[in-house]
Amino acid sequence: MGIVTPGFHGRARSPGPQLPPGQYLTRDFPVLSAGPTPRISHERWEFTITTETDQVHSWSWSDLLALPSQTTTVDIHCVTKWSKLGTRWEGVSLDTLLDGVDTAAEYALVHAYGSYTTNLPLTDLLDGKAWIAYRYNGADLAPEHGGPARLLVPHLYLWKSAKWVRGIELLARDVPGFWESLGYHNYGDPWREQRYAGD
Amino acid sequence: MTAPLRWRVAHLAAVRPETPSARTLVLQVPDWPGHLAGQHLDVRLTAEDGYTAQRSYSLAAPADGDRIELTVQRVIDGEVSPYLIDTFAVGNPVEVRGPVGGWFVWQPTQPDPVLLIAGGSGIVPLMAMVRARRAAGSRAPFRLIYSARTPAEVLYTAELHRPQPGDGGLDVRFVYTRQTASSRPPGRITAYDIASAGWPVDFRPRCFVCGPTGFVETVADILVGLGHDPRQVRTERFGPTGGPDG
Repeated sequence: MGIVTPGFHGRARSPGPQLPPGQYLTRDFPVLSAGPTPRISHERWEFTITTETDQVHSWSWSDLLALPSQTTTVDIHCVTKWSKLGTRWEGVSLDTLLDGVDTAAEYALVHAYGSYTTNLPLTDLLDGKAWIAYRYNGADLAPEHGGPARLLVPHLYLWKSAKWVRGIELLARDVPGFWESLGYHNYGDPWREQRYAGD
Repeated sequence: MTAPLRWRVAHLAAVRPETPSARTLVLQVPDWPGHLAGQHLDVRLTAEDGYTAQRSYSLAAPADGDRIELTVQRVIDGEVSPYLIDTFAVGNPVEVRGPVGGWFVWQPTQPDPVLLIAGGSGIVPLMAMVRARRAAGSRAPFRLIYSARTPAEVLYTAELHRPQPGDGGLDVRFVYTRQTASSRPPGRITAYDIASAGWPVDFRPRCFVCGPTGFVETVADILVGLGHDPRQVRTERFGPTGGPDG
């Protein structure tokens, strides 16, 4: 426990759901990004997986919609301290997208429209842990929340869930992404409070 | 591996009221490592039973040795900001760690024209850039467009209305959403405001936009619509949160 801040009492302690350390509950859905919101039409949208041997797999918008989708209800945790519980998404599991991809890579570098990147181990995208999500709470995903489609990896801080996702590069070596190069943690597990490099 | 950002015990050295709903806290932080204009820090409050609350706040000015400044705007029904405004007293300790954030920053070595666009308390990290420019004697041309509800809600009002030594080359335009100013009717910021008080696109200014989400989305869209390169437009949402999400 840190030093006591004199006169600070905080909110009433409720026996509510447990949050990761240092997080607080929000009911709205804050929008955070580093630059202008890209506007990507469905016609122009394409999603690509590139392997470490330069095999390219790509999906158009209609290809993506033709794949079996899943609906998932998850808690999301932003490194800026807010958490939102019970968010409902629809999208395609990365297991489905990676099913026909032959790779020995251990790392993934995720690319977004507008040049954002984020990195994570490939295993964190597998086994029902990640989706390319295109609907939120029953409606098409709004551009400011990452539409047409965003990566959803809810077990990591939300900056890993790249908005406006356009591809995943599979790599033999780990390459830091945008925030990972700017002082944020390379992995970003909210339950271990891995906010910043060295945490 | 990078050294961890450790929690440090800071003490409140002084306070400055800014508006009825905001005040500036001057914190004394032993061994503060320094920071760039635009960066923020985390504040952690701990109650007697061990309960903690953390929030991020933008740094409002360059460090003065071990002294740093935050400006805290009251969040209605907030848990941390009312404490920092109403209760936190000079001499009291609080834990902080930082600086955090390496994207929404301006460095005095950058000579390019800069356009700062603030909505409400989103002025705080942009004021840090104005002050860093002044402190460094930078001649980078700066323009600031500051949207507030009324003049009474403008932070740093005396400093922004009266140019300080070193502020040559800084132009400030106020836009009020609830009050007429210099014949401009009250209203939200428009493409005309930004085109007339900002820089021509071919000057390739670096643009920093900070404010509530709707404000930032609107302004960033306007800048791109006017022809500014999206890569030159850096944004940060101010309010209950700050920093990256995705």
